[in-house]
Amino acid sequence: MALTLTVNGTSHTVDVESETPLLWVIRDNIGLTGTKYGCGIAKCGACTVHIDGRAARSCTTKASAAVGKSITTIEGLSADSSHPIQVAWVEQDVPQCGYCQSGWVMSAAALLSKRANPSDFDIDSEFADNICRCGTYQRIRSAIHRAAEIAAAA
Amino acid sequence: MTHHEISRRKFIATSAAAGGGMVIGFSIPTAAQSAAINNNPWESPTDKDGEEINAWLTVDRDGTVTIRVGQAEMGQGVFTSLPMIVAEELQVDWKMVRAEYADANRHVRNDNVYQRMSTGGSGGVRRSRVYLQQAGASARERLKEAAAQAWGVARSTVTAKDSVLSSGNNTGTYAEFAARAGAISFAEEDEPAIKTPDQFTMLGTSVARLDTPMKVNGAATFGIDVRVPGMLYAAIVHSPTPGGVLKSWDADAVRGLPGVVDVLRLGPGGIGNLTYNPDEVPNRVTGITSSVVVVADTYYHAQSAVDQLPVTWDAGPGGGTTNASIQADAFEILHNPAHEAYLPVQDEGDAAGAIASAATVLESTYTTPYLEHACMEPMNCTVQVTDGRVDAWGGFQNAPGALGIVADELGVEQETVFTHQTFLGDGFGLRSRNHEVREAAAIAGAIGGRPVKLLWSREETMSQGKYRPFSTYYFKGGLDSNGKLVGYENRIVSHSIFHHQIPQFMRDGLDSVALEGMDARMPYTMPNKKVNWAMSNTHIPPQWWRSVGMSQNPFGLESFLDELAHAAGADPLQFRLDMLPEDSEFLAPYKIVAEKSGWNSNLPKGQGMGIAASEGFGSIIATVAKVTVSRRGQLTIDSIDVAVDCGHTINTDSVEAQVQSSQVTALSSLLFNEMTIEDGAMVEKNFDTYHQLKISQMPQVNTHMALSGGEKWGGMGEPSTGPLLAALPNAIFAATGVRIKSLPIRNHDLSWS
Repeated sequence: MALTLTVNGTSHTVDVESETPLLWVIRDNIGLTGTKYGCGIAKCGACTVHIDGRAARSCTTKASAAVGKSITTIEGLSADSSHPIQVAWVEQDVPQCGYCQSGWVMSAAALLSKRANPSDFDIDSEFADNICRCGTYQRIRSAIHRAAEIAAAA
Repeated sequence: MTHHEISRRKFIATSAAAGGGMVIGFSIPTAAQSAAINNNPWESPTDKDGEEINAWLTVDRDGTVTIRVGQAEMGQGVFTSLPMIVAEELQVDWKMVRAEYADANRHVRNDNVYQRMSTGGSGGVRRSRVYLQQAGASARERLKEAAAQAWGVARSTVTAKDSVLSSGNNTGTYAEFAARAGAISFAEEDEPAIKTPDQFTMLGTSVARLDTPMKVNGAATFGIDVRVPGMLYAAIVHSPTPGGVLKSWDADAVRGLPGVVDVLRLGPGGIGNLTYNPDEVPNRVTGITSSVVVVADTYYHAQSAVDQLPVTWDAGPGGGTTNASIQADAFEILHNPAHEAYLPVQDEGDAAGAIASAATVLESTYTTPYLEHACMEPMNCTVQVTDGRVDAWGGFQNAPGALGIVADELGVEQETVFTHQTFLGDGFGLRSRNHEVREAAAIAGAIGGRPVKLLWSREETMSQGKYRPFSTYYFKGGLDSNGKLVGYENRIVSHSIFHHQIPQFMRDGLDSVALEGMDARMPYTMPNKKVNWAMSNTHIPPQWWRSVGMSQNPFGLESFLDELAHAAGADPLQFRLDMLPEDSEFLAPYKIVAEKSGWNSNLPKGQGMGIAASEGFGSIIATVAKVTVSRRGQLTIDSIDVAVDCGHTINTDSVEAQVQSSQVTALSSLLFNEMTIEDGAMVEKNFDTYHQLKISQMPQVNTHMALSGGEKWGGMGEPSTGPLLAALPNAIFAATGVRIKSLPIRNHDLSWS
């Protein structure tokens, strides 16, 4: 069936089954590959996007459930990697292999939008189901705190 | 695994510029082209309007230098550290440096021009540093010679700095002289000597990674992200039990489902250059495990259809195998010192006699389980077969190996196969096996013409992996009345990776990676020592897994030493120091980590510090873990201190990152991970059951450099994994009195009173 999705401000009409996970529509039908497949069961966070500003796992979100909503992927977070999370990530050289980092950046950006100055406890709670197998956790934590400073100074 | 110290002759013979430089038009750079690396890292980051001086580098008209990277970027930072090595010698302005992957096809066609393209063994830097320095130095001297000839001066009067050549009143840029430099040849004796570490200006500092910007905005292309016009998608289901075969299937049941293009079987009776033989170990590099495949217009359609495909399997020779049966088979050997399976590893002095007359005797058994790699990026590969040419895209730890697999599978010449190396979403040793590459080639060959991306679901990736093998250890030690170790016996029974993959590497029947740190490579002096080893192989395919033998051996050895220290009433650190020779390279890392961590073996109950060290991949690492354990057994890891002697660093910040990374690898395996095997098949299929360390569980990791310099060049991708495997259990013992003898720790009750 034809579904119309708004991704990064652009309207896309795709012909997919309504139960198709949003992840695969974004990646294969729309062609935005920054959003990653990691587990398919919302247990790793690599597929995180924003739906109406809130972090959502696109691997377990049906495409039909996102119709009429504003979907933001990593490609749409900022035009020039200027979001405070991205700036802090670069400043602190957070990524290693980088595969999970789109999900972390999107999850962290969503956290920052609801908690301007997240505590370590906020970070621990928010990322209970995010995995980074390269183990960039120490720098992620540090970069989130740094991003809060950058955002506050802006 | 051998050194590839390139001779100057070899360098000259193989790395001459292709065609003396090429000019490929001129166009306005796009945003991607101005980045240090192309989003598609196998493609050029620039217009390449300039000249190739040798196979490793080109100089564009605007002075941009593009350096080729022959190793796979899987997080360890080679896309920055390897260009740094070339740039150090080239005397180029780092801001003008770009990087791209070296081309495996050119490597194959041109006498292995890129030397070592297999990425593993923590060898990215230490195995390629010398020839990369030579590449930079030789290019620099050719640029100087080109300028000298133009100016009519001697090369010795020409200096090179920040991409500018000068002699007297003459100055010019690298770009001006690049074409002429590419055509200059030197006699072997005229090739420049490379810098010694005391002459380095850039190496040994911290440099921002070139690939970071493209990893914060989703731009970096991983294998799974490859999109080729007309591409189809394939999803696969393998025999749950490795070595099993397809018993029945009903392909017609799914042919009519949305988007389905074809339904295939790989294995006996199906497509693929199959070498399956039930008498052989399954899943050898050359073989394909039995599987069914759906090719469709999207991955979702392919996966949905293959999930619905009616199929039954014959488990084959591995059927019925369980963790318990594997351990029972191993223990039958382990607890019978006279078992015929044993091979002698080391026999010095009279261990049995010394133990018989010892004042105190300790015996202990340790075990470690099979582990999956849990790469964040599920396995995938994209292949297109056209007339006279095959293209393969993916993240290959060994690109020439992947190229060879594709050529072999399709029966074509290697020269006609072109691999396009992407970023790797982790490797950890798994992405050097190329199982999925062979399957993708077989599928693309069957489809013909159209490109096909094969993607293994997470469930297939986890349950069809190649696993860190299990190991079991029996230790017996005798202490004299002064608490000194007088006799030591160790029997190891484990699954051999070498025997499975490269049996020609076995020496006197022994697998050297299975025995890392346990044989003569053990740092401690023991007057009476006997070590035996036996294989107990199963149908489960084993594979390198970050730090390989050092991902398990230190758990046994350094835990048992801790037992001995406590039995001797000694401080665990001092007990180890007393067994090290005066000139031991372990002394400095041990002392530094003890000092930096505030080593204290007398903390109140419920708190503890544990220490251990190991050497792997040329580096020595000593680690202290500090824990708090509640009376109810709740474990908190307060801090981990790691002292590192890798001799020298290239990108110091990346060394620190690799230490943190290795602690996470060690912690997930220590705390949570074991593969459960039922009827020969893996039970864990996803992250809901194969738990990984979370950010909330990440302790503070403090990295301390203990660099000894000199001739030492150790790797850093893996070795700091090992010591924590005992330092943490030793800390738990210090806190609680609970001795962890099998992993993972979550199987143990840590409560105390």
